[in-house]
Parts: sequence; structure tokens; C-alpha cells
Amino acid sequence: METTMIYYLIPTLIMFCCGVYGFLTRKNMIAMLISLELMLNAVDINFVVFNRYLFPGQMEGMFFTLFAIAIAAAETALAIAIIINVFRAAKNIDVTDLKKMKF
Amino acid sequence: MESVGSIIMYWIIALSIVVFSVLTVTTRKILRSATYLLFTLFATAALYFKLDYEFLGAVQIAVYAGGIVVLFVFSILLTSHPGHNSERLVSRRRVLGLVASVATLVIAGYALVSRCGMLCTKLPQMSNPDMKTIGTTLMGSGDGQYLLPFEAVSVLLLACIIGGVVVARKR
Repeated sequence: METTMIYYLIPTLIMFCCGVYGFLTRKNMIAMLISLELMLNAVDINFVVFNRYLFPGQMEGMFFTLFAIAIAAAETALAIAIIINVFRAAKNIDVTDLKKMKF
Repeated sequence: MESVGSIIMYWIIALSIVVFSVLTVTTRKILRSATYLLFTLFATAALYFKLDYEFLGAVQIAVYAGGIVVLFVFSILLTSHPGHNSERLVSRRRVLGLVASVATLVIAGYALVSRCGMLCTKLPQMSNPDMKTIGTTLMGSGDGQYLLPFEAVSVLLLACIIGGVVVARKR
């Protein structure tokens, strides 16, 4: 058996779809953020796999993944700061119960 | 032809990615969800190691498993009671999520399989990018080098630190 490209792309596709499902069904904000991380991670793997299989001498996909990881870390830290602030104001982080900021 | 060990390694990684990412979104305890996310990220790091990107695998473990998951666990413990189950899903919501994710799976899977000629390329030979190459590529300002994005990310991280402090401090 040769592990060709499709063997790596199918698990990441399933991972991405799990992220979509979780993002649409979860109500807790942190659980939604976790699903978002799943989606980002699946896309990162895709960049690396395409880099490795189609352009093995270059490093574009690897560096894109590196910067994506850095930006994901920054985004998560900021989102968690916002979530904790919302929790302090409303004592709750369920998206269905937060109606104060709806127009 | 690849060695048997490498194929067994591949199946372990692929199965753990699929199983743990499904568990991450279906478990009802949120702390368990964060733990399964940690396992998924470890499997991803193992995948990077298997594809010969050691530096990327190390970064994945250090940043995701060491930083982000710890942040998740702390904020979960701050905002919810441990052992608390999230309430059962309304079926309408679950159906909506299932339809969207299965539609994504079918469409993207069809697009993948219909391009199968390109996707059946065998693993080409590659020497692992060593630290010297990675360092000069990351810090050089020449053609195909990444000094500008590196500096932009550093400014972004600074803005993120300031923003986090401003948003989360007590008034």
C-alpha cells in the first residue's frame, strides 16, 4: 500500500466537517471556539500535505501553516478574554441566552 | 513501497484524528471536549512528524497543546461548573448541523475524488528542512523569504497582548 495524498486529505476532510457540525450545534461559546480550532487545524494539515507531495523542495505551505498557527493562537487568546468578560457581565456564555447586544 | 511500520503508523494517526475529532464535537461534557481536542492536536503533530516537518510538529505541540489547550481548560473551569452536562440538543438544530456537515463532506469529497489523477502522486523524496534553512528563510528579506510577515505577526501579537489586557481587566 502506498500512502498517496488522498489518504491524508480524507481524514482532514472528516475533521473539517466535524468542526462545521460542532460550530452549528454547540451553544456554549468555548465549545464553538473548540470547533473553530478543529477547522483551522484541518486546513493547516491540508497546506502541509500539498506542500509535501506537490512541491517537496519548497517551504511555502510549511510557512503558511506556521503563520496560521501564530494567528490562531492570538485569536484564541483574544476570544477567550472576550468570553470571560461576557461571562462576568451576564453570568452565562450560552449564545442563545445572550440577547442584550442583539439589535 | 513503504515499510510496514510506516503504514501502521499512518493508520494509527488517521484513525485517532477521525475518532477524536468526532468525539470532540459529540461529547456533552465540555472539559472532555477540550481533552479530545488535545488528542486531535497531538495526532496532527504526529502527522507533521511523519511528513518530515519536524520543526512544524514541535511548534504544533508547543503552541497548541502547550498554550491553547491550557487556555481552554482554564477558561472552561472559570466559566462553567465541572461535571456539568450541556443540555440535550434540540433535534432541529442537530439536523441543521448534520445537513451542513454532510453536504460539506459530499461536495468536498466529490471534488477530491474527481481530481484523483493528481491526488494519487506518490510521496516524493525530500530531505528534512534543517534549522539553518528554516532560520534564513524566516529571517531573510530576499526572494521567497519571510521577514515582512514575521514582523507583521509580531506586531499582531503585540496588539493581541494589549487587547487581551484591555478587554479582560476589571473596571
